Amino acid sequence: MQTALQTDSPLSAPIRAVGKITIEGVTLAGDLAIFAGQMLAWLFTRLPRYSVILTSAYAIGVMSLPVVLLTGAFIGMVIAVQTFEQFQFMHLETQLGATINMSLVRELGPVLTATMLAGRVGSSIAAELGTMKITEQIDALRVLGANPIQYLVVPRFVACVLLIPLLALCADAAGVVGGWFFGSQILGVNSVHYWNHSEDFIGAFDLFTGAAKCAFFGAAIAIIACHRGFHCSAGAEGVGKAATEAFVLSFVAILVLDFLAGILLNEIYHLLYMPSVGVG
Amino acid sequence: MTTEPPIIEFRNVTRSFGSQMILRNVSFKLERGQTVAVIGESGCGKSVTLKLMIGLIAPNSGDVLLDGRSHASRSERELTKERLRFGYVFQGAALFDSLTVGENIAFPLRQNTQMTDQQIHNEMQERLRDVGLPPLVAHKRPAELSGGMKKRVGLARALALQPEIMLYDEPTTGLDPIMTDVINTLIAQTREKRPMTSVVVTHEMSTVGRTADRVLMLYPLPRLEATDGQVVFDGSPAEAFSTENRRVYQFVHGMAGERLEELAVK
Repeated sequence: MQTALQTDSPLSAPIRAVGKITIEGVTLAGDLAIFAGQMLAWLFTRLPRYSVILTSAYAIGVMSLPVVLLTGAFIGMVIAVQTFEQFQFMHLETQLGATINMSLVRELGPVLTATMLAGRVGSSIAAELGTMKITEQIDALRVLGANPIQYLVVPRFVACVLLIPLLALCADAAGVVGGWFFGSQILGVNSVHYWNHSEDFIGAFDLFTGAAKCAFFGAAIAIIACHRGFHCSAGAEGVGKAATEAFVLSFVAILVLDFLAGILLNEIYHLLYMPSVGVG
Repeated sequence: MTTEPPIIEFRNVTRSFGSQMILRNVSFKLERGQTVAVIGESGCGKSVTLKLMIGLIAPNSGDVLLDGRSHASRSERELTKERLRFGYVFQGAALFDSLTVGENIAFPLRQNTQMTDQQIHNEMQERLRDVGLPPLVAHKRPAELSGGMKKRVGLARALALQPEIMLYDEPTTGLDPIMTDVINTLIAQTREKRPMTSVVVTHEMSTVGRTADRVLMLYPLPRLEATDGQVVFDGSPAEAFSTENRRVYQFVHGMAGERLEELAVK
């Protein structure tokens, strides 16, 4: 009786809501971890046929290239637009190339490329696998002797981890060119200064940082999108929900991983290039 | 002297999805070589029964036995191997959208055998001929096929590994009467070509009459008392057509009975 009164109390509603969200969050995290574990077990024991991996690589990598290049180019131009006046005010407009390229290669290129791909690739994977689930194609795979995680998840994971970093580098290159085009050809910054400053401020480690972050982002996108697809509920609404959840969860994962990878890669940078700072 | 166990046996199988119980304490045995039609209204658990048979889902309680051995006692690897003894024709065909018809039929051969590409191609063409489809269909995508053609391709794919147990999940649902007759004939022919055990889940009585030599009828749990058994009929098709059991009679003859009174009350 006492329990009934407590659960009926209006004051308990927020506590129950928090409890429900917490339980759902922990369940989802645990389920994702198990799913990722099963995927890794297949990844290291028996890869699917190369033709299956190549099909995923084409859909995820090649088909994303045009939109990634376009995104990268516009990011470069937008940074040029936003920073040019401030730099001109300080008579530092020749430094435009350095600013554009540093922010692009280290942070904006990888994060915005991954975000864009979470939408294009993540939602598409979740919708495709979700449709396969509700039309019993995943059951058909099991009946026909194939493991759905090995056949459907592993190729998408491999393609995302290997190709999203490459796509981010392509976006970086497009952004550098976009920034140069707008900075030099429209705003009149000297091209020689633009390229010289770009070169001085960007090193191999910066490129590695961007690519390494994207490998983590790619892994997160693939696992989350496949997981949501495999747990899609019935009907068109279920598929839509799976696609939306895939994007939202991937986006949150990208931001969290960006923060964690930023700390980790900074530590590695200090260890490699400034050992005294790292130790001190 | 030992007697051979039934090929499939359900022992007090109960299965729920969330809070909704679909099957309750269901028990029956299927003998080798039988063609059993599982009939019943929508939602009575016919498709769930098929998925339990092949081990795609597990019961909440009770046992599903294949050759006298419980699915629960098998590892996932063993179960995957045992599933290859089954052919499964899905309700919506479940063809892989990303593959052509030919690749769909070749899929189980490529996945589970060491056959060469040429052997797989020949086998695929033969399976297409078995279900009366021309070789050119092999290059089409499932989205380009009609409902009847999809079902036939699904049957060709299910037959690719020459299974010893065939499971048909509503093979004629949604088809026109001519195509229904074609599919019924194909099911009968498949059984005549090689001895196999078949389970046909259906609510089409024409399919029962054409294909089955035994009928099991399941009844929806919400319409049963707590003490009632869910298998309300187990007999030959002739007995099913002539029985005076109210529940079976209404279903076999398509009579709504008290359901119409329920509608009037609402």
